[in-house]
Amino acid sequence: MAASLDKENNKSVISRILATAKSNPIVVLLVLVSIVVGFTTQNFFSWGNLGNLVSNTAIRFLIALGVSGCLITKGTDLSAGRQVGLAACIAGVLIQRGDYTGRLYKSFPEMNMWVVLLIVLAIGAFIGFVNGWIISRLKVPPFITTLGTQTIVYGFCLVFTDAQPIGGFQQVYTRLITGRIGNVSGFYLPYLLFVALIFGALFWFLYNKTTHGKYMYAIGGNEVAAEVSGVNTKNTLLRIYIIAGVMYALAGYLLAAKSGGASASMGQGYELEAIAGCTIGGVSTTGGIGRVTGVLVGVLVFELLKIVLQFLGVNPYYNYVVQGLVIVVAVALDIRKYIAKK
Amino acid sequence: MSEYLLEMKDVSKAFPGVQALSHAQLQLKPGHVHALMGENGAGKSTLMKCMFGIYKMDQGQILIDGQPVTIKDPIDALSKGIAMVHQELQPIPARTIGENIFLGRYPIKKLLGFIPTVDHDKMYKDTDALLKKVKLPFDSKQLVGSLSTSQMQLVEIAKAVSANCRVLILDEPTSSLTQNEVDSLFDIINDLRKDGVAIVYISHKMDEILKISDEVTIMRDGQYVGTWEASELTTTSIITKMVGRELTNLFPKRENVPGEVVFQVEDFTSINPKSFRHVSFNIRKGEILGVGGLVGAQRTELMEGIFGIRSHISGRVLLNGKELKINRPKDAIDHGVAMLTESRRTSGIMGVLSVADNISISSLKKYLDYGICINSSKVEALVQDNVRKMNIKTPSSKTLIQSLSGGNQQKVIIGRWLANDPDVLILDEPTRGIDVGAKYEIYCIIAELAKQGKSILMITSEMGELLGMSDRIMVMCDGRCTGFIDGDKATQQNVMELATKFE
Repeated sequence: MAASLDKENNKSVISRILATAKSNPIVVLLVLVSIVVGFTTQNFFSWGNLGNLVSNTAIRFLIALGVSGCLITKGTDLSAGRQVGLAACIAGVLIQRGDYTGRLYKSFPEMNMWVVLLIVLAIGAFIGFVNGWIISRLKVPPFITTLGTQTIVYGFCLVFTDAQPIGGFQQVYTRLITGRIGNVSGFYLPYLLFVALIFGALFWFLYNKTTHGKYMYAIGGNEVAAEVSGVNTKNTLLRIYIIAGVMYALAGYLLAAKSGGASASMGQGYELEAIAGCTIGGVSTTGGIGRVTGVLVGVLVFELLKIVLQFLGVNPYYNYVVQGLVIVVAVALDIRKYIAKK
Repeated sequence: MSEYLLEMKDVSKAFPGVQALSHAQLQLKPGHVHALMGENGAGKSTLMKCMFGIYKMDQGQILIDGQPVTIKDPIDALSKGIAMVHQELQPIPARTIGENIFLGRYPIKKLLGFIPTVDHDKMYKDTDALLKKVKLPFDSKQLVGSLSTSQMQLVEIAKAVSANCRVLILDEPTSSLTQNEVDSLFDIINDLRKDGVAIVYISHKMDEILKISDEVTIMRDGQYVGTWEASELTTTSIITKMVGRELTNLFPKRENVPGEVVFQVEDFTSINPKSFRHVSFNIRKGEILGVGGLVGAQRTELMEGIFGIRSHISGRVLLNGKELKINRPKDAIDHGVAMLTESRRTSGIMGVLSVADNISISSLKKYLDYGICINSSKVEALVQDNVRKMNIKTPSSKTLIQSLSGGNQQKVIIGRWLANDPDVLILDEPTRGIDVGAKYEIYCIIAELAKQGKSILMITSEMGELLGMSDRIMVMCDGRCTGFIDGDKATQQNVMELATKFE
């Protein structure tokens, strides 16, 4: 026993990387493809491209963090994308400049962007609460629950915006969110990077250091055993979906500013990207497994893939085909790992 | 031509850690009802599963009409005229009786002369004829889900009959039947007997056995004890033959001294009328109360009811004279009651989580810094403490629990409960599926806990364990508590008598 412990500690960094690579073939493949594309096309390795990648990844990462709790407890959240869209629209409408001629609700006062953030987060928490309540109390499967709320949220969003695009935001909002640090010969760090890092750290703490996190993994590992061990499974699930709702709302708030506009169709399909990112990053659909760092890698790789396709000049419509394939392959590989262990 | 329709000779079968059958045998005559008896774990069901092709024998021979045959799987068994009604029923509740009976062999007709479709008319006509033949008053188009458990069981039996079998295996067919239903089952059996079908009848109910069977084969510890004419036997002689052995298990010396009564259960009755009812018992500080009974005696259900996993409609639970309100396991745990559940896999371990996570899950609140942050070094100390005290063999605290052996997994789960320092510990089959060495270690842990003053309720289906570990034994039969025996007065005979005291 002691010998095997020493052996584990003495494993060289290289052999560890190799072991990780072996269990995440899809990550390795996508990184290799990016490197090849990087060297064969122009401007791939540029600060501009990097900044773009970082900003895109940051927002997707926040959504993926939200959905990761649902996945770890063997659930899912198909309403994520539409919740992002609703948050973007609400933020957009409330943050429109008072003198903007295309104001949607002219009777609304011009609001402070931080007040709007709180309103948007509260609405996100409420939608998450509804999802979590239906799943934990009425025992409706998460897939069906969130399929329903996805459509409901989209409907409300259309009603609220009257299907109109929303623009004319207060400059302080767009400037702050899209702000960046430094501009040394093109190199810069977008503020969004720091938002992502802060929330990544918060989630790492939540998942690894709190009872909530441990209960979440326990429910994913064996819900019956968790309940029998005295875990309040209902409230844990409820919290997971509320937290998820808050994360989507935050992402929507940031996305509207980043895009400089919002519309009801915003965020469509983001739930699949988030789920794909998690799965590529090792969050197991069989439950109980998933790490914050894995989610980050998964989302990053997925965004990298999108940029690669763009640089290769692939018809953008093919993005959907490739993304769908990646999701199925990632889950298939994950399930195979599980079968092999049995 | 052999006088036997089917013979099993010299059958052995081993599972990892257990020799389930060794040199067992069985001879079935056409038109005879052959009872197969033995304690829990004597190998009756295993022998039948070998005959029906569910298990593959390690050694042995099956002869039909004197000719050796091999039975690959249940489909093969059915084609050779062997049918089986399982102990645990597996009907499809949302489909009709007809569809359930003809599942897997639907009658086919050709639509427009070439499209194969299910011939519903023929299926329901045949089902009605069958139901009439076995005198069941159901409509073939009725949903199986609308039937009671006992009615489903009768339909399962009808299904087996419909296969035109020559050998019919009935594994505990009357466990959920009322007396009237038992009578109609016996009518069916008598009709089949006249048709020359050989019937294997597994049951624990002595009076039924003596009433319906022609011959009785008794098994013990996977071995063949003997076959007798039913008319030669009495209830007492069957029990003596079933249990007649020396205890082979070794148990640690117990130094616990039972004190005053700490835990009382009064008139506990399940929400399900077929389950436990009007059970009252108490347990003293530092006492090991063994709970004995046959499979299906509702012991697990009772304990899960007390622990808040199942619902009850009446009854009280008192700890130190104070009534506890337990609606879910969390309530019981908060009051100092812990339960090691029967199935380690389905309700014990969280396989993909580490040993540390599995041990600490129900006591995490004790290891928080500032009320929020889990102190990993305190958790690690808990793990190391358990690893040392219980001799858990694990490479590290981060090892996934699913990679440990069954015995070590069980110790981890026991550690989970001890971390809460409960007053009352319910252990449901604590040594099931564990090898002999680990068993002894678990017995030592149980003895030590009793010595520390914990009250231990131990359900076990192993007679040796029950007699060897209990200060007092409560015996259950068919949902009722049928009696208490002091540990030093308990024998296999008096436990079996209480365990088979059906109403």
